[in-house]
Amino acid sequence: MPTKIEKDAVTGKETTGHEWDGIKELNTPLPKWWLYILYATIAWSAVWAVLYPSFPGLSGHWRGTTGWTQRSAIVQQMQAVEAERAPMLERIRAAALDEIRRDPDLLQYAMAGGRVAFADNCAACHGAGGEGRPGGFPNLADDSWIWGGTLEDIHVTIRHGIRNTQDPEARMSLMPAYGQILSRQEIDDVAEHVLSLTGRSTDAASAARGATIYTEQCVACHGERGEGVRAQGGPALNDAIWLYGGAKREIAAQIANPRMGVMPPWQGRLDEATIRMLTVYVHTLGGGE
Amino acid sequence: MRVDRPAKAAEAPMSPAQGSLYANRVKVYPARVHGRFRRFKWAFLVFALAVYYLLPWLRWHRPGDAPDQFLLIDLAGRRFYLGPLEVWPQEIYLVTFLLIFSAIALFLVTSLFGRVWCGFACPQTVWTDLYMWVERRIEGDRNARMKLDQGPRNGAYWTKKVTKHAIWLVIAAATGGSFVLYVQDAPTAVRAIFTGQAGAWTYTFVGILTFTTYALAGWAREQVCTYMCPWPRFQAAMLDTQSLVVSYRAWRGEPRGKHKQGESWDGRGDCIDCRQCVNVCPTGIDIRDGQQLECIGCGLCIDACDAIMDKVGRPRGLIALDTLADMQACERAIAGVPPGPRRVEIAAAAHTPLKLIRPRTLIYAAVLGLVGLLMLGTLAMRETTELSVLRDRAPLFVTLADGSVRNSYTLKIVEKRHHDRTLTLHLDGLPGATLAGLGVDEARDRTIPLSVRPGSVATHRVHVFAPAGAPLPASTPVTFRLVEPDGREAARHASVFLAPGR
Repeated sequence: MPTKIEKDAVTGKETTGHEWDGIKELNTPLPKWWLYILYATIAWSAVWAVLYPSFPGLSGHWRGTTGWTQRSAIVQQMQAVEAERAPMLERIRAAALDEIRRDPDLLQYAMAGGRVAFADNCAACHGAGGEGRPGGFPNLADDSWIWGGTLEDIHVTIRHGIRNTQDPEARMSLMPAYGQILSRQEIDDVAEHVLSLTGRSTDAASAARGATIYTEQCVACHGERGEGVRAQGGPALNDAIWLYGGAKREIAAQIANPRMGVMPPWQGRLDEATIRMLTVYVHTLGGGE
Repeated sequence: MRVDRPAKAAEAPMSPAQGSLYANRVKVYPARVHGRFRRFKWAFLVFALAVYYLLPWLRWHRPGDAPDQFLLIDLAGRRFYLGPLEVWPQEIYLVTFLLIFSAIALFLVTSLFGRVWCGFACPQTVWTDLYMWVERRIEGDRNARMKLDQGPRNGAYWTKKVTKHAIWLVIAAATGGSFVLYVQDAPTAVRAIFTGQAGAWTYTFVGILTFTTYALAGWAREQVCTYMCPWPRFQAAMLDTQSLVVSYRAWRGEPRGKHKQGESWDGRGDCIDCRQCVNVCPTGIDIRDGQQLECIGCGLCIDACDAIMDKVGRPRGLIALDTLADMQACERAIAGVPPGPRRVEIAAAAHTPLKLIRPRTLIYAAVLGLVGLLMLGTLAMRETTELSVLRDRAPLFVTLADGSVRNSYTLKIVEKRHHDRTLTLHLDGLPGATLAGLGVDEARDRTIPLSVRPGSVATHRVHVFAPAGAPLPASTPVTFRLVEPDGREAARHASVFLAPGR
């Protein structure tokens, strides 16, 4: 846009020289105090640059006379937060698990802390809401527990884990690979019997043959009517929950060549207060006993 | 303060573009004035300041723990109290209504009477007026003040200046102090402020408001209106030819000139060029130059001119609240008539009546009424108990050992009433469904009791169980209902129940 400074006929003042759709603007001066505010902000920034980290140098930068850094600030903030949390965490560490659940203050705190710890540590395998994942990661929100769903049971499971090699007190159970012990037909019969535990059998003769084998081989861990034996970590076979699938083919595959999940011990990785908060949180997901 | 005004070229006080890019401030020394507008301005000033300083002290008894202050913006408790009205944060739309209502009211008043907001009601005007009154009491009227500023910096000078600024600061501190009383209990807060027990935020806000009051009303004054405020820039959009604005009747006043007592008025205008209208103007402009951005429409020049007209024996109203339409009608009527008293007589018959009712004002009034009705309607129909339901999304549903399906929901119950009671939660739309709360030892049942506490937002987690066996679609619409002890429905909320589906 060509700049043509001219005198305005009405006021006798000069225009800015710009024209928008035939409208010209008078070149009205800015008040002086406005200018002084600009100078004040420049002076302010100079002071600021001395007080705080500012200019880069060849090796490093000006660190400011206050010694402030973002990193030291975050460390201080974290320390302040930890100091604020300490008394409540101490109470949670000292309280019995059931006390935490019955004290509204403790419960609220444990739920909030447990939710965060769960998302950080557990959700990868057990899902964001404890819903589990296909392929052997159990649902923690249902009412079927392999190792028990009381607060104490859950506490032990989280602390020591399952079938891991790190913790000698880990919950341990092993299902033999019956593919090397039983014939294909026998495995098929046992699977048919397992189906009959939930009333889904379609071949009574096969199920009856399987029942004999089940009584010899399976009862110790899975119970007489397939109700499961928690002390052994034997899952219930008479309910609607199947860790590796409930179709006959999937049951037969699990008998022949069982898959067994591993859970690491969290004792040592997480502090006791966090583990107790996690215990209460998992207990409230929907299946706590 | 003379920028941007359509003055005659010869009269332009400075030609800035030829000189500095920055203008020195021309200090305004408004003179004292008496008259109708001044009296109304004083009355409104006393009223407005009384409301501002005293309103936080008005008490209003409320039951329970609720605060007993008539008007309280309870930041800590997240409530707004106004007499019997208690507004919760989720009703913030009422504030939106209020803002729209205020804006339209401002438009309506402006289109009827010009810038009455700027001239009488704006806090900047009210506090500036108060500060100028203090200034006049201490330093004297216009001439005395000008002489003082130009005179020697002696003891008298400093005594007056220090006294003035001290009083200004006291007023500013009282203004800042009163501001924080709107957000906390006034008697407690005042005691805390004076004993040094108040919080850092309280002192910060008292400090900020003290500073802005002192700086804006004491120092910046008309600069706020001309440089900072957006309202003068677009208020012209609300004006039309029928709006009352402060106008100099040039057809009557010109040609202006000095007038000696006993001289004839024939062949000249009524303006004796005494510059009283300029001297009393709080923004330092000359109304005889016509409508301009700086004019705040306070009408003090009308008072000044009327007094002069009385003195010289001419009718009042050389400067008046007038409409552009009336000005033009008068100009047409006197066309061809030589200047002199004849013009006033002719124009007296030509005045057009004031037209308050016209499409613009009707539309503003209609919108104003509509927003007002909406606001009242919303207030009258607002719920005292509200239920909202948030479905758990992780997991979407849980299949239980016996084959039944469970969904979990988070219920929020907002209870604005002030008494305890136990409501019953029902679920419609899912045959055979049972409910269970998440508390310790809660049983599954068709309905469950939920206790509500007055003035609270309670969060409840609720499990819903669909029995095994019945084939469920992937999604079933359900409705949660809260039922009062007397069987009336208190609130309801729709949601869905999800199942594996097939």
